[in-house]
Amino acid sequence: MSVRGKSQTRSRFRRPSAIPGFPLAFGYTLTYLGLIVLIPLGALVLRASSLGMMGLSGVISDERVLSALRISFGLSFAAALLNAIFGLVVAWVLVRYDFPGRKLVHAAVDLPFALPTAVAGIALAALYAPNGWIGQPLAAWGIKAAYTPLGIFIALVFVGLPFAVRTVEPLIVEIDREIEEVSATLGATRAQTLWRVVLPPLTPAILTGFALAFARAVGEYGSVIFIAGNIPYVSEIAPILIVIRLEEFNYAGATGIAVVMLAISFATLLVINLIQSWSRRRFGYV
Amino acid sequence: MPAAIKAIGLGVASLAFMIAGTMLGPRPAVAQTSFLNVSYDPTRELYRAINQKFEEETRPQGKKINIRMSHGGSGSQARAVIDGLDADVVTLALAADIDEIARRTNRIPSDWQKRLPNNSAPYTSTIVFLVRKGNPKGIRDWDDLIKPGIQVITPNPKTSGGARWNYLAAYAYGVERRGGDQQAQAFVAQIFKNAPVLDTGARGSTNTFARRGIGDVLLAWENEAFLALDELGADKFEIVVPSISILAEPPVTLVDGNVDRKGTRAIAQAYLEFLYSPTAQAVIAKHYYRPMKPDAAAPQDVARFPDIKLVTIDQFFGGWDEAQRKHFADGGIFDAILKSNR
Amino acid sequence: MSEAPKPHRPTTEARWVRVTTTLVSLVFLGLFLVLPLIAVFVEAFRSGVGAYFASFQDPDALAAIRLTLMVAAIAVPLNLVFGIAASWAIAKFHFKGKSLLITLIDLPFSVSPVVAGLVFILLFGAQGLLGPWLRAHDVEIIFALPGIVLATVFVTFPFVARELIPLMQDQGTADEEAALSLGASGFKAFWTVTLPNVRWALLYGVLLCNARAMGEFGAVAVVSGHIRGETNTMPLHVEILYNEYNFVAAFAVASLLALLALLTLAAKSFLEWRYGDAIAARAAH
Repeated sequence: MSVRGKSQTRSRFRRPSAIPGFPLAFGYTLTYLGLIVLIPLGALVLRASSLGMMGLSGVISDERVLSALRISFGLSFAAALLNAIFGLVVAWVLVRYDFPGRKLVHAAVDLPFALPTAVAGIALAALYAPNGWIGQPLAAWGIKAAYTPLGIFIALVFVGLPFAVRTVEPLIVEIDREIEEVSATLGATRAQTLWRVVLPPLTPAILTGFALAFARAVGEYGSVIFIAGNIPYVSEIAPILIVIRLEEFNYAGATGIAVVMLAISFATLLVINLIQSWSRRRFGYV
Repeated sequence: MPAAIKAIGLGVASLAFMIAGTMLGPRPAVAQTSFLNVSYDPTRELYRAINQKFEEETRPQGKKINIRMSHGGSGSQARAVIDGLDADVVTLALAADIDEIARRTNRIPSDWQKRLPNNSAPYTSTIVFLVRKGNPKGIRDWDDLIKPGIQVITPNPKTSGGARWNYLAAYAYGVERRGGDQQAQAFVAQIFKNAPVLDTGARGSTNTFARRGIGDVLLAWENEAFLALDELGADKFEIVVPSISILAEPPVTLVDGNVDRKGTRAIAQAYLEFLYSPTAQAVIAKHYYRPMKPDAAAPQDVARFPDIKLVTIDQFFGGWDEAQRKHFADGGIFDAILKSNR
Repeated sequence: MSEAPKPHRPTTEARWVRVTTTLVSLVFLGLFLVLPLIAVFVEAFRSGVGAYFASFQDPDALAAIRLTLMVAAIAVPLNLVFGIAASWAIAKFHFKGKSLLITLIDLPFSVSPVVAGLVFILLFGAQGLLGPWLRAHDVEIIFALPGIVLATVFVTFPFVARELIPLMQDQGTADEEAALSLGASGFKAFWTVTLPNVRWALLYGVLLCNARAMGEFGAVAVVSGHIRGETNTMPLHVEILYNEYNFVAAFAVASLLALLALLTLAAKSFLEWRYGDAIAARAAH
């Protein structure tokens, strides 16, 4: 009983370990995290809280803000959904099928990670404008892409695509082929096997990919500004409205929208964590 | 806990690393005088030419001057100065943006506009229409902009200085030709109903119209419309002059709080006065801005400016303060128009 | 990865399904990924090779390239050191609140770049919390290099840590414990055991971090001030050239950034191909 004290109280926070360096690594992590991320974000929250609950709800309940948030979330949701579906198909094709140039395609999937958003933006605007390579045929069909919500949607699909593919792909690699064989031997059709045996364990990864693509799309700015029409209530997204509020010298308005978006980023990450811990319980892996 | 202290030390050390790194950054050399001109979007070419002349003029006096430039939407530039961008002079699209800097930072006296001739505007301009070659939609005047099926390209008046002049020119036409404020508001609302894109700056709009092929008519600064003909092809576009437009006065001023801290008042003041000199006035006319002293400019440059009935902000709208409050402030007429158009 | 599938196995789809899904995937990727990339280069070379290379003679373009390299050279090492420290603390130890810590580290990844820029304006801007003090002491942060670096560090914050944490968690602590029991110091165990185990994942994280650091637009645009030849990074310079009707030069600078992206992808693919097991990054971001 006499050896209680320091080691005991510390172990409440941290399980003892033979590995050294915890205080240093942990302390550094917290300091750096605090300086770069928490204090600046804290300044944002502080500034927003000085508006008061009334002020904040006033900013947010503004019709134009509401519609910008609606457009941002609606389009991001749609883009993430499309990415989740096509991401699954692409990942399946890349893992299971062989075709010429597969390795090249595999590498190309990560392009949106590496390509600066502004470059993507001017390239997409050039392609989808009525005089662009894709915009021209689309215009002949009477479809306007650039400077409409459709243009924003295209940019958001672009930035979110790799998340959807890359979260599902490793799990497809790890699927035990024997299970599929057993399912086939027991008389299931291929479609039944895919739907009832292959798909369920992939669900958490698909959801995670969806959430990541969504989180990225909601905040996207660089690639969207070149292709969005910025028409209030139609094609004005929340990040652009923050910039517009700033340029109107309306700091309270900018801060209010920013805090809402921050809260939503945080919530999205929590949801991803929930999906993963649910998956760990249900399937034994993330 | 010594380790915690070590960790904080490391955190501070990495910040020090960051600061040390930034010290190596491109800083203006101390030996030369440098100052920063924060300007709006369409003046890039103008100030490049003027700065060159100014440097030539001051070189015999043994001074090597480095004029740093920053361009962007007028509102966004004013915002940057308010947030601490170290401008020595601001040359913006409209007085309201400079008023805003004066009000929020106290680095510019409130009577700044009286310090230089002509309301501190070394040149003026106006708003005209740019249409596609041959004017396929037959656009002659403001009335044609509200016809169904016409697409009007203009930047967002909330963020772009040029767009505020666009808006006010249209409004003035509405009041003059349609009978009053109520009619003018409805008229402007109809124009904005025909706008498929609202870029944040004048340049963005010109690109949307000229480069991306969107819209039938671009509401633009006169200088911007002429420049678009030069840069993007006189065979593709033509200028249409409306029956009424507005006299746009883009003003310039010192940022007193900054020049006094940096000791650049003399050179910055000389620069602003240079804008009124015959040399600069000639450059101004050459770049399609209407010079304050047309006599100083080449006659063929001055002859390019069409005759338009121009209303002024002071006479027609009671000055920028009043116009800003009534039309562009939160909950003003422009907000109401956006809401009614949705 | 997978071997070439043979036809008529019960564990694969009918041939028409395979062909259709492959074609759909290729068209989808071609439309969304490859075409924009091609468009950048086509536009850049629209006026010929001479005009393309002339774009890089402009001192402002050179200044932008220099600034971008410098920002990456400061931001990437900072996040590298942080990534190592954070993954060491998180992967090798058990403590309370770990998942909250991971979520906080991930936060900058999902925060909008515009918000990232805004927070530094609110903190260091003349109207911000520390602005008046900084101004009184003549310290420039916003609209100068430090502000640009801070914004970049913020948006690239999780990149290295996110690559290292899952891998180091998988590897456990047995190797390090063995080294320690043989008398190695903690630092030596890290240097000779842990680091070699994760070096490829580390490199991989650094690559992604670097690509984002050089390409960041939104956050930097808010804090840059757009001073020509001084605070314009390459992505901002692309926008400026674009707004000056100088499309060839805009796309030329953009093509440089696109080349950087291609190099990053090539290096990344090489790492995956050569050291795939040693990276094993599941959730890639």
